[in-house]
Amino acid sequence: MTHAPTHHPPRSSKMSPPPPSERPGYFGRFGGQFVPEALFGAIEELADAWADASADEAFTDELDRLRRHYGGRPTALYLAERLSEEAGIATWLKREDLAHTGSHKLNNVVGQALLAKRMGKPRIIAETGAGQHGVATATAAALFGQECTVYMGAEDCRRQRLNVVRMQLLGAEVVPVESGTRTLKDAINEAFRDWVSNVDTTHYLIGSAMGPHPFPTMVRTLQSVISLESRAQFAEQVEETTGVAGALPDAVIACVGGGSNAIGSFADYIDHPEVALIGIEAAGHGVGSGHSAATITEGREAVLHGARQIALVDDDGQVQPAHSVSAGLDYPGVGPEHAHLADTGRGTYLSATDDDALLGFRRTSELEGIIPALEPAHAVGWLLRHGHEVLDDDARVVLTMSGRGDKDVDEVVRVAGWDVGVDLDEADKVVD
Amino acid sequence: MADEPIRIVTEDLRDAIADGEVAPSAVDETDDIPPERVVDPADVAAERPDGAGRVAHAFAAARAQDRAALVIYLPAGFPDHDTSRACLAAAAEAGADVLEVGFPFSDPVMDGPIIQAANQQVLERGVTVADHLAMCTVLTDEVDVPALVMTYVTIADAHGYGRFADELAAAGIAGTILPDLPVDESGPWDDVAAGAGLASVLMASSVSSDRRLDAIAGSSTGFIYATGLLGVTGVKSVARRASEDLVDRLRTRTDTPIAVGVGVKDAQDARAVAGFADGVIVGSEVVAVVADGAPAGAPDRVAALVAELRRGVEQG
Repeated sequence: MTHAPTHHPPRSSKMSPPPPSERPGYFGRFGGQFVPEALFGAIEELADAWADASADEAFTDELDRLRRHYGGRPTALYLAERLSEEAGIATWLKREDLAHTGSHKLNNVVGQALLAKRMGKPRIIAETGAGQHGVATATAAALFGQECTVYMGAEDCRRQRLNVVRMQLLGAEVVPVESGTRTLKDAINEAFRDWVSNVDTTHYLIGSAMGPHPFPTMVRTLQSVISLESRAQFAEQVEETTGVAGALPDAVIACVGGGSNAIGSFADYIDHPEVALIGIEAAGHGVGSGHSAATITEGREAVLHGARQIALVDDDGQVQPAHSVSAGLDYPGVGPEHAHLADTGRGTYLSATDDDALLGFRRTSELEGIIPALEPAHAVGWLLRHGHEVLDDDARVVLTMSGRGDKDVDEVVRVAGWDVGVDLDEADKVVD
Repeated sequence: MADEPIRIVTEDLRDAIADGEVAPSAVDETDDIPPERVVDPADVAAERPDGAGRVAHAFAAARAQDRAALVIYLPAGFPDHDTSRACLAAAAEAGADVLEVGFPFSDPVMDGPIIQAANQQVLERGVTVADHLAMCTVLTDEVDVPALVMTYVTIADAHGYGRFADELAAAGIAGTILPDLPVDESGPWDDVAAGAGLASVLMASSVSSDRRLDAIAGSSTGFIYATGLLGVTGVKSVARRASEDLVDRLRTRTDTPIAVGVGVKDAQDARAVAGFADGVIVGSEVVAVVADGAPAGAPDRVAALVAELRRGVEQG
């Protein structure tokens, strides 16, 4: 075949969008909307609906009412004296583990499910790693009478069987995802595929401050209740004991997977540079071991799940499997605002290994009578082992206890090899 | 790229001449080319056209035969390096007008189970983009239809847009389709691709707003990929009415060819779509026949299906 000259239509109306930093949905150079064209109708509709709802007092009043009367907010801020003594650093725990469904996830979910109802979408879908977001979504779907499908990696279904049962009890369909690495990132892929296919009737209720705009901003706003409360509570408690008004903590510490509890914990402090923002990523077997989920520590700038962010991507462009003992942190990316906070130096991102997390899990239980989820156990483990590398002796810190640990008990016993006097295999046989 | 006359004398040399650093005669002696000679882009296109030109030509050639063009997708490296090349070549031989070579990605959100499984198999064998490029270099030498690469933006990003575009062009590739790089974000890649002589095919959807279709029609080069349904590849069947409406909306905006893909499963679908679109794209069904039997017979199975699809587009 010869290549004859052909007619080239003029590239007439080529759009020249402004640079990323000036566009909505961008945090510096991170963020954006990297999704198939078929989803643009839905994300534009969502952005409009969210802007409209945020400005509507009836919507925000209803959300506030649900948070208080249904969700159990505000959650306590508690000076954990024995843990503080062990850490050598005064530590307040922001008790998201006390919120309904046992984690911070409901903050986001109730807002988005209420928005889906307002948009007339009868069906919600979600991804879940540890199952906490799936349980929260199934809870909201039950509350609002919505149809609900939750995608969960097959490997995570095994690790978090209790949460699978909870979601089923709440009326949700749980779909085990067998593709890819069979964990959270693959569950997200499957949820995107569902959304592309059913966009007319379905809202994709993303569980973290990630994904295409407007999700990172919307989830941050909904989760910012954590820091709005903790800031007021901290000031009040300090004033009660010292008489000094308006005190701020020296640091706010939260675990980071996709980053929703962390961004909510940081949000109201970002404009107060005297407050250090410390995100603790899960380093699995250790940074550099090849079995880690410490995305900011080890990753590179890349597009994943709809946004330019930092992700564990190899030189060829393939997303690498993350590893963490905690299914909720086992994600090879991080939300775009965290990428920006890390990039600008406003946030400090460090990591804790599986072993650090197991220490945090055990010591929080033993010293405070609080069984933490494995996710915030990373933050506690880091504080106990490495806190002094960053914080002064007289530092006062707020650490977000993002969830409770009932779901993790079997996995912790299995991984740590603790002899609890009851053989798990035998117990399973009896149940079967 | 082809919009402007191509100058043989480089800008640097031209500046040097203007500054009096180099005498025009010296240029004549060394390069044996008059400094003012400007080449007509049409002449260049005839010898070494850019990717968009080659793709547009393939569509024009099909239209001259009063039929839609047939675009066939297969993943690189599936089920192995040589078989994938043989299958793509067999598709071209059996009547494909344009080839789409998939570069497998670990998180392909636009793809359904058939293509996902094929991609996964390739990735698990540790095959890399360099291997795919080597395959494409041989393939584009042995077939006379343009080949595009379909992959995800993370792959282009990790290699660096400039390097990736240059490597594709060097492998004889005519352009790219990056389904997760929508028009608002595609500018930087579109510019780099155009600089390397690659077409950048953008996707349009029935749910795209008028504003977005304006932008897509203005930016997509080679052709416009109109998605035939709301969904991922290889699951549902093409939504005929919605696709036809989308093609009509695009037609009022551009004379760039419009091909419909996602959901075209058989010759009957191909015939129907060929009735209103300039091109018909088939992927998952072709991948399925590659997977359905021994690798040795895969090229023949592909050829048989493509010949059938070609009869479909000829009847459309």
